[in-house]
Amino acid sequence: MAVSARSLSVGDSREMLLVDDLTRTQIVQYAGASGDYNPLHSDNKFATEVAGYPGVFAHGMLTMGMTGRLLTDWMGDGRLTKYGVRFSKQVWPGDTLTATATVDAVREDDGTWYADLSVVTVNQDGDTVVTGTATARLDP
Amino acid sequence: MAVDRFPVEAGHILMFARSIGDPNPIYEDAEYAAGTEVGGITAPPTFVQASAQFDPDYILRPKIGEPWFGSGREATGIRREPSSGAGGGGAGGLASGLHAEQHFEYHRHLRPGDVLSATTRAGDTWEKEGRSGKLVFSGSVTEYRDQTGELVITARSVGVRTERPAPQQAPQKANQKANQKEGGK
Repeated sequence: MAVSARSLSVGDSREMLLVDDLTRTQIVQYAGASGDYNPLHSDNKFATEVAGYPGVFAHGMLTMGMTGRLLTDWMGDGRLTKYGVRFSKQVWPGDTLTATATVDAVREDDGTWYADLSVVTVNQDGDTVVTGTATARLDP
Repeated sequence: MAVDRFPVEAGHILMFARSIGDPNPIYEDAEYAAGTEVGGITAPPTFVQASAQFDPDYILRPKIGEPWFGSGREATGIRREPSSGAGGGGAGGLASGLHAEQHFEYHRHLRPGDVLSATTRAGDTWEKEGRSGKLVFSGSVTEYRDQTGELVITARSVGVRTERPAPQQAPQKANQKANQKEGGK
């Protein structure tokens, strides 16, 4: 379901609980689906003894993928024209992530309406793990 | 990365959507999807990242018959000379690369049945002093085209290499457990 430019105002925002208590199994599931089998994300022995991390952690792209759900649920399927993020902190098994998207601009460009959004995903401690921006095509 | 043939398949989209915890029926229910504005199953916005499955040289996938840098009997299956200076993090620096940024531009949305090809060109590289020593960033741009040669998605990626495991200090073995929660800080 698409959103109309008329119904959207700068400052409008939506929040979504992306995951409550992220499991190691979901990280493995993402490795299998995405094809990124970096042992940092699934192999605790490698992550601790070779790479020197406290344990396995999630792919950044898993967090980006989960965060994208907020954007497509709000703006509609097939409506994103841009989506980009910066990874600011690692996501660990057991984390709970919440994303918030906010409308920064509603604008018309060459007869088509767009919303520019910013998005931020935080963990259970309120620490930002991902920040990003997106643009979605709107109905007039 | 160069991918000659990345067939976009409904079953793969279903598995990918499940893995990111997205229950949207447009990713798995053809009948539902047919009644939407998109008109059929489409893929989640980050799905093209799974093109790695079809990159014959992708370094983060075990290759049949070749040593793998993850653990088996030993903590890593690849023994290397200690890397000189930067690019620590073990396994000859293989594991020290992390993803810093990812950006997608969608020219149209994917459909099962699309057959994509992808070509990547290197972008800028730059350095920054971080909490865990010198950080070396490198960008790349990947263009995904469909079977007719039409540009479908442009992806820009930034990777970062760190001198030490990032972003926390390398933990002492004894307090690894205690550090688990603090690890990302």
